[in-house]
Amino acid sequence: MENRNYKGWLYLLPAVLFLGVFMVYPLIDVFIYSFEEGFHSASQTYYGIGLQNYSYVLRDPYFLQALKNTILLVAITVPLSTGIALVISVGLASIKGLRKLFQTVYFLPYVTNTLAVGLVFMILFQRTPYTDGFANMVIGWFGGGPVDFIDGPYWAKMFVLCFYTIWVVMPFKILVLTTALASVNETYYNAARVDGTSKFRIFTRITLPLISPTMFYLVITGFIGAFKAYSDAVALFGTDLNVAGMNTIVGYVYDMLYGNNGGYPSYASAAAIILFVIVLTITCINLLVSRKHVHY
Amino acid sequence: MKVTLEHTTKKFPGFSRKQPDVVAVNDVSLEIPDGLLVGLLGPSGCGKSTTLNLLSGLLKPSSGKIFFGEDDVTNLPPENRGVGLVFQNYALYPHLTVLQNIIFPLQNLKGKDKLTKTQMKDKALEVAKLVQLEGLMDRKPSELSGGQQQRVAIARALVKMPRILLLDEPLSNLDARLRLQTREEIRRIQRQTGITTVFVTHDQEEAMSISDLIVVMKDGVIHQVGKPQEVYDDPEDLFVAKFLGTPPVNVFRGRIEKEQLYIGDECVLHTPGVSDREVFAAIRPEGFELNENGALTCDLQRVEVMGRDVSVVCSHVDCENAAIRAIVSADNPVNASATKVRFDIKPHKLHIFDVETQQRIALETLQ
Repeated sequence: MENRNYKGWLYLLPAVLFLGVFMVYPLIDVFIYSFEEGFHSASQTYYGIGLQNYSYVLRDPYFLQALKNTILLVAITVPLSTGIALVISVGLASIKGLRKLFQTVYFLPYVTNTLAVGLVFMILFQRTPYTDGFANMVIGWFGGGPVDFIDGPYWAKMFVLCFYTIWVVMPFKILVLTTALASVNETYYNAARVDGTSKFRIFTRITLPLISPTMFYLVITGFIGAFKAYSDAVALFGTDLNVAGMNTIVGYVYDMLYGNNGGYPSYASAAAIILFVIVLTITCINLLVSRKHVHY
Repeated sequence: MKVTLEHTTKKFPGFSRKQPDVVAVNDVSLEIPDGLLVGLLGPSGCGKSTTLNLLSGLLKPSSGKIFFGEDDVTNLPPENRGVGLVFQNYALYPHLTVLQNIIFPLQNLKGKDKLTKTQMKDKALEVAKLVQLEGLMDRKPSELSGGQQQRVAIARALVKMPRILLLDEPLSNLDARLRLQTREEIRRIQRQTGITTVFVTHDQEEAMSISDLIVVMKDGVIHQVGKPQEVYDDPEDLFVAKFLGTPPVNVFRGRIEKEQLYIGDECVLHTPGVSDREVFAAIRPEGFELNENGALTCDLQRVEVMGRDVSVVCSHVDCENAAIRAIVSADNPVNASATKVRFDIKPHKLHIFDVETQQRIALETLQ
């Protein structure tokens, strides 16, 4: 039997080759780059090995700003988007008429072109010489002064970024959650009803535990997705994110490689490894927590 | 608790607007005396589960009334009816332990009925003992066998001391051996608690073996209500006669001429007081007696020896069944190589039914 193992490997070969060339090799490469001090990309030379890249990145105010932005974004959008998606899905599951219509409406952002979405947000938030944008119009009705959401104060820009992110990730979460809710066997609810369980208790004691694997999946992918945020910020604030003060870690990595002041693969690698460590830690914590709270 | 259904009807809307409504339960009136174990019996789609759900309150009748004792519960939601319901698939909460599952209904109690944690646990342990689940209280449902899950479901239904206990196909998910054991168990638990219990089944043997009363249904209509033996011995119509008993009853086309029942050309039975007409004659498998000069001649196919008795498989042109099964004592030798076999018919094992109405035709002198 031992000799025939090669057949199995043969079947695996295409996938192994592909993953090796495009995932494993670059990963190892990034790891090596991050320890090579003073790497010069043109001559492919470096003068030492150590932690200097890390100490530079961790002292770089742009990186610290990007780190702060990213963590804020994660901390705000993951719980909020998951929570709101849950509320909407439960709402969708409990209505009878027009359910299909609402499901379609909530899913529309998922199939809408990113540029079109950006355009909509521009209309909502951007100030032009002719108008202050729709959001400011609403604020105006309530007697507030206009706020510049794109070039204005930090909290305003952060608000727009979080709003945008939540809006973009919501449809997928709603889709997954409505499926999970629909897959809960009706007899559990009937059993609970016969036993006189209140609606709230049915939700907390039966529905939530039964969809907990899905919730957990959404939280983990939500964390990872939010940590990798970049394109959303670019869509809203343009490519010069450092100047706007709205850079993210992935944005910082990109800038270090290809940006105006780029050409530092070592710094970029160090930042990427730091992001990797953060995401790994958070995922491990998630897994530990889930062991206690996710059933089956 | 006495349970009464008064002209209860349940209609479900058709799948599309053009299709007519589906009448699952059609003008059913039924009285279930207090403290009995009642089996709702019928082929699938006969409305027995719908009837059970009407009792539980999960479905509301389209018309008619339902009483528990003297209380009109027709419009009461399930939680206010005081019913315990055991689902066909048990519906145990998979993320809760056995103890948590059993306690669950108690935790819903509010106001003056509210119990302390120790009271709840005591009650749960009490019913767990009743259904013999001690020692399994910390397991999850997935770690239990089918029979154990069934008992947890019964314990959960019993823990709040329901006025009536409802079981939907309680044995259908168990293997044959466990089924025998569990039906005794249900009988014992019902006796011990004295709670009026209604269970649904399509298995006539199951219903006959443990019920105090069986209700035979078909197409949303009750065909007969009675003690199992009475219903078996005195079926009111052809459907009931056919549905009860294994092997099934043998149905012959026959006719009455001058107060005699003829099957083919043979005169089988004297039928006093019955006018001449076409009839169905249904003979129970145990209603045949071997006799060389017997009244009924059949073509012998084979003889199956079952130890205690012998099953004579034969055929007859006027028989509706593909094969006639006659069960006779093993003491009587049957010549298996013969082509013909003759029987005498025990009069009380033969029922005659009108061809049109399928109703039983009573004989004047029959006891």
